Amino acid sequence: MADQLSAGIVAGRLSPEELEANFADLHPRLSDHEALVASDRCYFCHDAPCITACPTDIDIPLFIRQIATGTPEAAAKTILSQNILGGMCARVCPTETLCEEACVREAAEGKPVKIGQLQRYATDTLMAAGIHPFSRAAPTGRRIAVVGAGPAGLACAHRLAMKGHDVDILDAREKPGGLNEFGIAAYKTVDGFAQAEVDWLMQIGGITWKPGQMLGRDVTLEALKGAYDAVFLGLGLAGVNALGVEGDDRKGVLDAVDFIADLRQGDLSGLSVGRDVVVIGGGMTAVDAAVQAKLLGALNVTLVYRRSRARMNASVFEQDLAASKGVRIICNAQPVAVHGNGAVREIEFAYVDDDLKETGETVRLAADQVFRAIGQSLEFDGLAMDGRKIAVTGAGRTSMDGVWAGGDCAAGGDDLTVTAVAEGRDAAEDIHATLGAG
Amino acid sequence: MADLTSDFLGIKSPNPFWLASAPPTDKEYNVRRAFEAGWGGVVWKTLGLDPHIVNVNGPRYGAIWGADRRLLGLNNIELITDRPLEVNLQEIKMVKRDYPDRAMVVSLMVPCEEAPWRFILEKVEDTGADAVELNFGCPHGMSERGMGSAVGQVPEYIEMVTRWAKANTRMPVIVKLTPNITDIRKPAAAAKAGGADAVSLINTINSITSVNLDLFAPEPTIDGKGAHGGYCGPAVKPIALNMVAEIARDADLVGLPVSGIGGITTWRDAAEFMALGAGNVQVCTAAMTYGFKIVQEMISGLSEYMDEKGFSSVNEIVGRAVPNCSDWQHLNLNYVAKAKIDQELCIKCGRCYAACEDTSHQAIAMSDDRVFSVKDDECVACNLCVNVCPVEDCITMEAMTPGQTDPRTGRVVEPDYANWTTHPNNPAAEAAE
Ligand SMILES: Cc1cc2nc3c(=O)[nH]c(=O)nc-3n(C[C@H](O)[C@H](O)[C@H](O)COP(=O)(O)OP(=O)(O)OC[C@H]3O[C@@H](n4cnc5c(N)ncnc54)[C@H](O)[C@@H]3O)c2cc1C
Ligand SMILES: Cc1cc2nc3c(=O)[nH]c(=O)nc-3n(C[C@H](O)[C@H](O)[C@H](O)COP(=O)(O)O)c2cc1C
Ligand code: SF4
Repeated sequence: MADQLSAGIVAGRLSPEELEANFADLHPRLSDHEALVASDRCYFCHDAPCITACPTDIDIPLFIRQIATGTPEAAAKTILSQNILGGMCARVCPTETLCEEACVREAAEGKPVKIGQLQRYATDTLMAAGIHPFSRAAPTGRRIAVVGAGPAGLACAHRLAMKGHDVDILDAREKPGGLNEFGIAAYKTVDGFAQAEVDWLMQIGGITWKPGQMLGRDVTLEALKGAYDAVFLGLGLAGVNALGVEGDDRKGVLDAVDFIADLRQGDLSGLSVGRDVVVIGGGMTAVDAAVQAKLLGALNVTLVYRRSRARMNASVFEQDLAASKGVRIICNAQPVAVHGNGAVREIEFAYVDDDLKETGETVRLAADQVFRAIGQSLEFDGLAMDGRKIAVTGAGRTSMDGVWAGGDCAAGGDDLTVTAVAEGRDAAEDIHATLGAG
Repeated sequence: MADLTSDFLGIKSPNPFWLASAPPTDKEYNVRRAFEAGWGGVVWKTLGLDPHIVNVNGPRYGAIWGADRRLLGLNNIELITDRPLEVNLQEIKMVKRDYPDRAMVVSLMVPCEEAPWRFILEKVEDTGADAVELNFGCPHGMSERGMGSAVGQVPEYIEMVTRWAKANTRMPVIVKLTPNITDIRKPAAAAKAGGADAVSLINTINSITSVNLDLFAPEPTIDGKGAHGGYCGPAVKPIALNMVAEIARDADLVGLPVSGIGGITTWRDAAEFMALGAGNVQVCTAAMTYGFKIVQEMISGLSEYMDEKGFSSVNEIVGRAVPNCSDWQHLNLNYVAKAKIDQELCIKCGRCYAACEDTSHQAIAMSDDRVFSVKDDECVACNLCVNVCPVEDCITMEAMTPGQTDPRTGRVVEPDYANWTTHPNNPAAEAAE
């Protein structure tokens, strides 16, 4: 039997009970009473700043008032009509930098209204009742291909189906959901919520799920353009950036996104993790990998970021969460070499200032497992690019007529679930308007 | 610590806070606990003749709540005491014996004939109680039997029954008035004419608090039906305050002692009733909501306030605001104020903007970065923004000084007082000599 002290990358460091407790729901659904108390705090602001702060422009004061007056299902409809993945967003949005940061009660007392948790209360209530509150318009006879079944693709497909179009969703994976299913931290979306939400979304009808269809391998953009009236690309960022240092290919050096995908798909007690884990990066992926490695039973987990704490992409809430789980965060250090004999044993960092200028000093950390989390990239070409992403104008129009893009793969906007939903939805509206005009 | 001793109709109590006739004063157990907690006096739950009445065996209360489910209004369909007369009288006697320094007033309600009043007054006198209160206010149940507010709504009956009571007891007689009338001065005058030593007000207001939308029946619902009840609690305070002031200001009623009741929850509420002329106050819903302990806050609060003001006796508060209780026609139309928003305190909710822009005078400007400011050339000083703002003292009303020009009207603010009675727009204006 392995335990936390066992050296190397092994499974079963913690008992099944400990694992279950560690990966329990981070913010369980509010009780009816909690929801009433929380909703009472909303001031019903004029032209509320929280609405502006939400990338999908949910009418937050309205839905909170609907909860306060005992109609959570009406509240859910208010949410979902702007953001069809309102249930997932309620779980994963960094609300502390979005709606709740803008809440006037954050300004007044440093305690915003619990918008995210109220959103979850409303959407969970509706989904538990098995209600899908939207229906399709009369069929238009138009067919649209959506590539990528992540938040951007799903939001786009749903809105198009609602408008009466027929939609095929193609995805390289066997399961829909994109990072909702393969990326988001396990404790944010427990009990198979990502799949349940996709099933619920599909109730609109008119959407055909086509798994195992990879653009560039199984089908080309030209072919899609020929077969459909419009194409939407919601490809996400499938590629992973390499460290580019000596020893990067040693055994034990892995991509954080793969580790996280295994975590979401596999049985936790069968999953291996190192005793001394080092995560390199400063974003949400780095934090999620570090925290979940710790929750799996790694003894020492260190997150190393090359710039200062203030510049980390992960929000303060995420950083605090990592710290509270026992993750050590080192800033201003960048990897220079991975040492070991076949497998990694140590990783060496150079201290750097915020402009990444080396101070001349280095430090070595013991490591039997190293996760790369220094950013993902798009693996696609054929369209005009803006940096490393697909260039878009307006509501996701690419350089090619009849082809739209949104979500992480498209330039502009933060790489967040909610932003992907907003872009997918807006592209759908634009596609609908364009097809109507044609 | 200020001296809170109260003398109402010669009845002494260590403070002016009495419990009103209601469940808190229903029996010996409650009243002893109330006195231990510090209440200055009680008006015992209304006694009636045997056989005693019965109450419903389902819910008696309905309610209205504010944020955090704070109880704002309570409605009840409870009747008078549902225990035998002798049991109540025995208990009153024992409690009064053990707490001689507290006020013990006994509330009464019997049919509209002299004999039952004579009968019950004799019995109460034997208990050593300090006074009686005639319940002419209960608006439900008892009124259907010709008692309670059925009497309180007919000034002639009030006068008649009060006269019987005065004729048959040496004890002071307080007449408790119902607010379910159009002019509170009429029943008060009738009580005075009948020889009442004081009036107490208000009793509860006819009300239906809510309707069950599944059963389609008023709440509280008893086997599918509901009946109107009596409304009380913080929500009724403004109505009660006005009625107390009406009596205090009436030339014919001047000097008639008043015991103030209706929504009193804190020391401040009590002080407000007293400032409008109440010699003491009675409390029910606040005690039923929070328990007897609230009297400690009332005592410390009133005492601190009196120390701050340098008042040495509660009598110095009584009636102090009455001279400033005026009529609309006598308000100074030359007084001009403007709303002012403190940008440091503003949390940018924009509620003042929505209120003023949509429903009032379009006098608040909103910038792209959510800075809210008052347009002095539009503001009529209505106070709506102050009332809807969630932050205390963020929006204030600033008086303009005489000589300044009001940017809204372009007129110079006059130093002199001038009211509607002499205003040129008033067709009935008396020309100034
Ligand atoms: C570890 C991790 C944690 C995160 N945590 C959060 C969080 O807590 N909160 C938050 O708001 N955001 C979080 N994010 C970001 C968020 O998940 C993404 O911004 C969001 O999923 C982007 O949606 P998308 O639809 O653009 O892409 P994706 O979700 O990446 O979906 C893209 C889909 O396209 C498919 N695909 C890709 N290439 C092809 C191809 N060539 N052919 C066919 N199909 C293809 C993929 O299989 C995938 O299903 C996290 C990201 C990661 C990696
Ligand atoms: C400032 C103000 C002015 C009002 N003026 C009138 C009026 O001129 N005529 C009228 O019939 N009711 C008037 N009302 C009463 C309202 O029409 C309404 O009956 C009352 O406010 C009760 O409803 P509410 O408390 O649900 O708003 C006024 C109310 C307010 C608050
Ligand atoms: S006082 Fe009345 S008119 Fe003036 S700004 Fe406030 S709400 Fe508007």
